[in-house]
Amino acid sequence: MKRSALDQIVLKVSGLQKNFDGVDVLNGVSFSINRGEVVALLGDNGAGKSTLVNCLAGRIQPNKGTIEINEQALLLNSPSASQQAGLAIVHQELALVNELSVIENLFLNREILHANKILRFFGWLDKNAMAKKAQKLLQRLGTYLPDLNAPVATLSGGQKQVVAIIRAVHAGADIIVMDEPTSALGAEQYGFLMSLIRLLSSQGIAIMLISHNLHQVSTLCDRAVVLFQGYSVADVALKEVSQTQLLAYMNGTVLEVPQAS
Amino acid sequence: MMHVKLTAHTLVYYAFAITMLIFTVLLSHTAFFTTANLLNILMQTSPIVVMAIGLSFALSVGHIDLSIGAIVAICGLVAAMLLQSYGITIAVVVSLLLGGLIGALNGYLCERLGIPSLIVTLGMLGFLTGFSRQLSGLQSIPIIDPQFISLFGQGTVIGIPSQILWLAGLVFLAHTILNKLRFGRHLFAVGASKPAAHSMGLVVSRIRVCAMALSGGFAALAGLLYAGRMQSARYAIGESDLMALIAAVALGGCSLLGGRVNIIGVLLGVWLIGCINNGLILSGFSSNEQMMVKGIILIAAVIVTSKVNK
Repeated sequence: MKRSALDQIVLKVSGLQKNFDGVDVLNGVSFSINRGEVVALLGDNGAGKSTLVNCLAGRIQPNKGTIEINEQALLLNSPSASQQAGLAIVHQELALVNELSVIENLFLNREILHANKILRFFGWLDKNAMAKKAQKLLQRLGTYLPDLNAPVATLSGGQKQVVAIIRAVHAGADIIVMDEPTSALGAEQYGFLMSLIRLLSSQGIAIMLISHNLHQVSTLCDRAVVLFQGYSVADVALKEVSQTQLLAYMNGTVLEVPQAS
Repeated sequence: MMHVKLTAHTLVYYAFAITMLIFTVLLSHTAFFTTANLLNILMQTSPIVVMAIGLSFALSVGHIDLSIGAIVAICGLVAAMLLQSYGITIAVVVSLLLGGLIGALNGYLCERLGIPSLIVTLGMLGFLTGFSRQLSGLQSIPIIDPQFISLFGQGTVIGIPSQILWLAGLVFLAHTILNKLRFGRHLFAVGASKPAAHSMGLVVSRIRVCAMALSGGFAALAGLLYAGRMQSARYAIGESDLMALIAAVALGGCSLLGGRVNIIGVLLGVWLIGCINNGLILSGFSSNEQMMVKGIILIAAVIVTSKVNK
């Protein structure tokens, strides 16, 4: 029998361990995320969130444990390995090149080349095709940016966020990890981002949201994975727990690991 | 009417136009504004434009290349020596490869050892200067190969001097690489933000080494153009061009900290300095005074471009 698309595990992390100079930062983190699911990664400062994200991004390698994307165990030894596997990270600092335009950022390292074979050999850019594709991507996500040729530096925080997310979608990401995406946004931009996340989820893209904002997490996410001192201490369906309980997991006052139903 | 906003990139157009206007009026009693003199400036500055293009590639990724002048000298010398026994093809190919390799070595040392390019290329400048002096025994090496002289020096194609054709061709090539090709876009991305470029999967170190190799390669070409025009190679060629070069790229709107470079701006920057130099000579300034003026222009160029950038 064919499994339902939404039951497919898109990311599975098992027993991830990482130590820096003898200090254990991750002590065995395990969780999985299904296609189209919106999962929060919670944890206090020093819980190991950033290290986990760095492992997923391919910026550092874990000492032990496996990361499977689309049911394939992968060695994520570089950012491009991670991206090719279908995982995109939208960083807190967004990793956009401010001096380049929106289009140039969207297609950085994924440029559309000229159809002519000789020009293509030299890496000749097809700027028209990229401009059209960018418009299409924006339309698909129901967004609008006034000038796609403007340097990203001229955009607002929310607009930059949109560019970073569209870039991830364009890269064909199956899972987008968003690191504190709403921390610098105004109310309107925040609302837009929330609807964008729901839209992506409905299109089958899994989202992992790293946030300190418990209210935001509980309205938006299906599930939360909580880290405490490098352990994954909880993996809970959000409709089954209160914010107080979540805080207790984050503070380490409850250490048993309930499994999401 | 076209409205041009004053930015670091457009500044050089105004500066060029105003300087030409002032010189034309002030030096109307001299030969400044004559076809022969302007063509002379064009010919004299063409190797410097080629060097400045090389420097632009280094700048685009956030490096600086102080060894360009020394690469010009060593590549000119090597070409002149090889011409004596191996013919033009070997001489040109080896010289260009040598320039590219020295540039790549500069880049490799910066990436591998994490030393700033300012230090690596300063060291390379010292080494190559000494090496060129040793190799040439402080003598200039004459070039008599007519093909070489015609190709890189005095020759013409349908009445256009070959130096001008080289200039036009190389400006077009560099402009195309930087604005039309994927590689050029990657150069800008790396120069503007290494972490962002890296996180997008670009191999930053490889791109930076390539940029430095291009810088060396263009310097080698400048060496050939100098050698062709002077029909000889000397250890000191290119030595005194560094200040004019850096001033020209700063005037041309290139950020000395990396990021987008503007080849047409660089071209005008070199011409501007060439015109000022020429104007100073015609006004009777000594070479010492010219040097002082170039120093002032360099500082002023960086100040003005950094102000208008904001």
